[in-house]
Amino acid sequence: MSLRTSPVPADAPNKIAVKGLEFYYGDFHALTDITVDIKEKAVTAFIGPSGCGKSTFLRCFNRMNDLIPGTRAEGLIALDGQHIYEAGVDPVDLRRRIGMIFQQPNPFPMSIYDNVAFGPRLQGVKRKAELDEIVQTSLERANLWKETKDILGRNGLALSGGQQQRLCIARVLAVEPEVMLMDEPCSAIDPTSVQKIEDLMAELKDRITIVIVTHNMQQAARVSDFTAFFLQEVAGEPAVLVEYDRTSNLFTSPKDRRTEDYITGRFG
Amino acid sequence: MPPTPVPPAAESRGLQLVSRSTYLKELALKNLFLVCACVAVAGVALIFAFVGLRGWPIFATVGPWSFLTGTEWNPTGAEYGILPLIYGSVVVMLGALVIGTPLAVGTAIFLSEIATPRVRSIVRPAVELLAGIPSVIYGFFGLIILRPIVANFTDGLGFGAVTAWFILAIMIVPTIAAISEDALRSIPPGIREASYAMGATTWQTIYKVLVPAAKIGIIDAIILGMGRAIGETMAVLMVVGNAPVFPESISEPIATLTTQIVMDMPYAAGDHRTALFGMAIILFLVSMGLVALVRLISRFQTAMESGR
Repeated sequence: MSLRTSPVPADAPNKIAVKGLEFYYGDFHALTDITVDIKEKAVTAFIGPSGCGKSTFLRCFNRMNDLIPGTRAEGLIALDGQHIYEAGVDPVDLRRRIGMIFQQPNPFPMSIYDNVAFGPRLQGVKRKAELDEIVQTSLERANLWKETKDILGRNGLALSGGQQQRLCIARVLAVEPEVMLMDEPCSAIDPTSVQKIEDLMAELKDRITIVIVTHNMQQAARVSDFTAFFLQEVAGEPAVLVEYDRTSNLFTSPKDRRTEDYITGRFG
Repeated sequence: MPPTPVPPAAESRGLQLVSRSTYLKELALKNLFLVCACVAVAGVALIFAFVGLRGWPIFATVGPWSFLTGTEWNPTGAEYGILPLIYGSVVVMLGALVIGTPLAVGTAIFLSEIATPRVRSIVRPAVELLAGIPSVIYGFFGLIILRPIVANFTDGLGFGAVTAWFILAIMIVPTIAAISEDALRSIPPGIREASYAMGATTWQTIYKVLVPAAKIGIIDAIILGMGRAIGETMAVLMVVGNAPVFPESISEPIATLTTQIVMDMPYAAGDHRTALFGMAIILFLVSMGLVALVRLISRFQTAMESGR
């Protein structure tokens, strides 16, 4: 089990506030009326059956959906009170503050060192000593330093899947993001590595806000402080946020019948 | 475990046996494809043997060293030094690469990373069409349109390496662009996503992530472009001026290995003819070397990624 620290206080500040979000892929209305507050320095999990739009929603936070032609978001998503879809907001700057981990580990085909130094270099860090320090600290925080300190020049693709995923985490941590989005980060890697990444999340949430999409309810129960349950009830209709609560409440005494059916395994 | 007794055929409901005609058809097809593949290999072997046998004696008569490094190509005086021709080939090829590579790699980047599907559907066939234009038409274009322009900017008549550079540069674009584009497109989409998610702009994603990731494929493309440039004959023949000498400037007439073979073959006899075949051996070895280089590089890349 991951080390569960004291529960996040109820009056913890909101890092991200979402109000009345509607999301469209061209003509397809994917999400409707999503309202949720993501608490700072906590782990929030999005759960729900496949195709319920939880990844789509996650990708709104760093505007990754902008890269898909024809997508459109309406409503409000605010990071520290500032609307991120407002005209003039630079998605590039947004993505430097909100890092993302993907389902498939995707290190760049370059050395471990260059992978971690990628973000800092984008931001103009050039001094070797400074980069060395950032690389070491980031790999340490991703619990990958011991395994890689002697092979920093080796291609990141030469690592195992689980190590690659921690390398991707180190790469994100290197730019000191405020939020880390994780899109099913454990579904393509082996169980031992899953354990390591879950432990890592527990350590990291002291400093950053984590939002994780997972299809694994046990994982959501283990790692998160808050859980949101998404559901697309009718095929072709937009998905909704059914219930959002403290993880301990949602899994023990769900308020909505549909949540109960899902977490007790009656569908999905 | 004892073997399960096989029930007699009459009782079993039975899976159907492969019919004889199907079996024969499969066998015939398998062999047909094998023959197709063999024709290519046999073609290469035969051409190499033919060129080799006809050209080999020149290395004995003139000596390999003075053949390759001799500075005088004067068949009537029985002087067979091909260095001016090698020089011509290399100069023409390098110039074409310097102009053509950025053009082609830029095209590849545009097609794979920037163009919308609609624009791509117009530009890509246009680029592919460049490869389908007969080289004599490139030569014609060079002769009529480019040569006078080059002549305007230089003192000469416009026959020389410079005119050939521009013609060849356009001719190698489709080769280099197509292979570079393949290399860029074969980069997993996750790599692009990762770069954008790290806050990289499109330009930073291209030059910091994608081009380095496709580096090996792009180098392959350039090497194959080199092969194309060094082997091209007709278009070059029409614009280089065909003087087998070291030119005083890049706009003076020169000759390349391929153009000299074409110019001399109709009338050459004896040692002269043998010398032309000797030049063909050199060209053959160069293309073999380039193909070998490409294979070597891709093996090197596999080794790099598995981390040694």
